[in-house]
Amino acid sequence: MINLLSSILILAGLFFYLAGSIGLLRLPDLYTRLHALTKADNLGLGLLAAGLALYSQHPLTALKLLLVWLAVLAASAASAHLIARQARRQETRP
Amino acid sequence: MSELLSLSALGLMLSLFLGLLRVLIGPGAGDRMLATQLIGTAGVGILLTLSLLHDQPALIDVALLLALLAAVAAAAFTGQQETRHD
Repeated sequence: MINLLSSILILAGLFFYLAGSIGLLRLPDLYTRLHALTKADNLGLGLLAAGLALYSQHPLTALKLLLVWLAVLAASAASAHLIARQARRQETRP
Repeated sequence: MSELLSLSALGLMLSLFLGLLRVLIGPGAGDRMLATQLIGTAGVGILLTLSLLHDQPALIDVALLLALLAAVAAAAFTGQQETRHD
């Protein structure tokens, strides 16, 4: 039962990763690409980490996976903001 | 179950490959920088998967380091762009 739930979570995470990458390739400009990549990939990583935590069945490993996910969330939010602000500044330059 | 983990590591590598295509076609430096962002998240996913697949707990720490380095790379990129243009 736990294995089934973990498999479902891991596959859902994989789906969001692939959706984010396809968005990175297909969307028209930098801001929409940033939107697809940052949101979809972090959700994918969260689902994957939840599935792996269920798979490991060890509370300390699960806690560490949660901490890794939180660190990735903070890091990618900061860098997405930096990249978008940089692009915006260059756009308005005369 | 371990087959599923191998499969998901392969899927994440496919996702990284699609990101590298974006590096090839560009067009701007910011678009290329997005691939670093992708490597930050998909690389962390691959490392976490391989850590549980091969029972190597140290790989989780490597994943944490990779996530932080991706953020540092983005910050360095914006800093360098700003000093070049100002």
